[in-house]
Amino acid sequence: MKHLPWIILAIIGAIALSVTATVRGEQISALWIVVAAICTFLVAYRYYALFISRQVMGLDPGRPTPAVYRADGLDYVATDRRVLFGHHFAAIAGAGPLVGPVLAAQMGYLPGTLWIIAGVVLAGAVQDFMVLFISMRRDGRSLGELVRMEMGPVAGTIALVGTFMIMVIILAVLALIVVKALAESPWGMFTVAATVPLAMAMGAYTRWIRPGRIGEVSILGFVGLILAIVFGQNIAESATWAPVFTFTPVQLCFILIGYGAIASVLPVWLLLAPRDYLSTFLKIGAIAALALGIFIMAPPLKMHALTQFTGGGGPVWSGALFPFLFITIACGAVSGFHALIASGTTPKLISTESDAPFIGYGGMLMEAFVAIMALVGASILDPGIYFAMNSPAAILGTSPESAAAAVTAMGFPVHPELLVQTAKDVGEHTIISRTGGAPTLAVAMAEIFSHVVGGPAMKAFWYHFAILFEALFILTAVDAGTRAGRFMLQDLIGLAVPSFRAHSSLAPGMIATAICVAAWGFFLYQGVTDPLGGVNTLWPVFGISNQMLAAVALMLATVVLFRMKKNRFAWVTVLPTAWLLICTLSAGALKLASSDPKVGFLSHAAKFSEAAARGELLAPAKSMEEMRAIIFNDRVDAALCAVFLFVVLSLLLFTIRTCLVALRADRPTVHEITPDMVPAE
Amino acid sequence: MRKLLGHIREMALLMVGQPSYEAYLRHMAQRHPDRTPMDRVEFFRNREQARYGGGAGKCC
Repeated sequence: MKHLPWIILAIIGAIALSVTATVRGEQISALWIVVAAICTFLVAYRYYALFISRQVMGLDPGRPTPAVYRADGLDYVATDRRVLFGHHFAAIAGAGPLVGPVLAAQMGYLPGTLWIIAGVVLAGAVQDFMVLFISMRRDGRSLGELVRMEMGPVAGTIALVGTFMIMVIILAVLALIVVKALAESPWGMFTVAATVPLAMAMGAYTRWIRPGRIGEVSILGFVGLILAIVFGQNIAESATWAPVFTFTPVQLCFILIGYGAIASVLPVWLLLAPRDYLSTFLKIGAIAALALGIFIMAPPLKMHALTQFTGGGGPVWSGALFPFLFITIACGAVSGFHALIASGTTPKLISTESDAPFIGYGGMLMEAFVAIMALVGASILDPGIYFAMNSPAAILGTSPESAAAAVTAMGFPVHPELLVQTAKDVGEHTIISRTGGAPTLAVAMAEIFSHVVGGPAMKAFWYHFAILFEALFILTAVDAGTRAGRFMLQDLIGLAVPSFRAHSSLAPGMIATAICVAAWGFFLYQGVTDPLGGVNTLWPVFGISNQMLAAVALMLATVVLFRMKKNRFAWVTVLPTAWLLICTLSAGALKLASSDPKVGFLSHAAKFSEAAARGELLAPAKSMEEMRAIIFNDRVDAALCAVFLFVVLSLLLFTIRTCLVALRADRPTVHEITPDMVPAE
Repeated sequence: MRKLLGHIREMALLMVGQPSYEAYLRHMAQRHPDRTPMDRVEFFRNREQARYGGGAGKCC
């Protein structure tokens, strides 16, 4: 009898899912997707997460967690599970689940929806949950240490190198999204620039005036943000000030690099901490408001269920549905980066093992729900607008007429006036080729929010609110990521030069910061100057790396299951690992070696170097210099893909070897850390 | 209602890396009655540095 409500839920979910999957040729309400997702997630949580915790992990509510046996009131604090859920969710939800699904909408809403729903239930949430479990049983250690403990020091170092490179790519791609959203937009640029002095004022407030009053200072900051958005309109309309805040993408690229270098060495209380308050609370608020707005508005999906680009040849990103959809929606379905969070602060705060499914599995389901909302956002826009915003300028040209003609030729009829009007509605000069996902989502959010509050007159305000909300937490991530990257690099170099590891001394810190900024700055510059829009090149590399990290985390989980002598349940992690390996290895190999120059880096480089040898210029290069730059970038990207492939394949070998050894052992061989091994504080 | 608001407040603070100061005081009183606990501001600074000093433990 206790199963009855769940059976009903499952039936509702199945109906919603089949409506989503089968209706063609007429518009369906976005709520079908949302309902399908919610029902599936609840049922999966009730049954699959429970199965994993009872049968696979053997969670023991009576076993003390690190928060209990190491309690110190600071890092290790037994925390109420609802409170901890908020903490964990705020740490895992970022720009990734918002951008990936928007880009994935180029294939229609159906493939993305199905992958998010199935991916999170069987892979993403399993990964987060397993890593949380593994770390929780090992004193809350980090992913790198866990790999070292269970798979050996070489595997641990390889995983660290891979993690650092992923960090670099993430920072570059996030910064690129900001560049794409703020270029030629004085309103957006002004509001985002205003957050820097605003955050510093907040920092001064918490430092000297009312120390520690986060609530107070956040409200003041929020008022400041709203004023900045409102005032931004005057800036955009002013003949003197608009040009001051209008930047080309290349200028913005250097501004961001400079910003990253300076911000990451400032004291944390001055800029990073106060802006993190704003971005965290704004993010949670905006996500909640978006969910509410979608339920109230119940918008119809204007995007097709499937577009002709499922076979490849799409303008937003290259490649066919398999494998590229599965790396484009990285966060949201499964995100390797979460393994770092689930082995970060969360395992030190969990008060009993029985909270782990709610935090680990449930937190990721929530993130997938955010991804579903982003996908819905992109799909309620007129497909003509979607493709006009997300195709590179090389395809669209720059005038509304040329863009409308190009998009209409793709099979998505759109009038030039609609493009002009949409830009005017949101208070921008143009919406043509505003790639990167963030502007598209902002238009969608403006559509939804203005439906609920303010009507069409408020669209411009809501658009810039959405841009600000995305830019704000991306800038926080750039700053925080550069710091984190610096420490990773110091630890890595420290393996060879031990003195480099001293976190407090000045020179190694400065050098590591400089290398870190130079590394992501290089890829950012490459993306900004990429004629195909940059997102086209960088997002797949990011996706591959993030999914590979997920594969690494799941391989670790597999090793642990084998060492626990739970091999009969190892399919729980082996299946998602295998799927991620298939997707990322084939995507990586295609990016490396595909003969299609639109997909493969090396064939693109070959095409350009052959032309260069003949003394020919290939568009978009305008000089031999640019030709050489393109070739060089292609080769760097190819090398990066090769390194990622090496990282994953070598860790796969370690995994297989360790599993075989564990199989031959006649008893469990895991390295769990028990309370008696740690002196009480 | 008051309990719910308390939870929300605690959740918001922990989202930006500030655990409960009251819980810290309880822990210190229980386990280390001999030591003087940090005051509220020291505690805030300590946690601020712990969260942001090495990045912000955040995802993309």
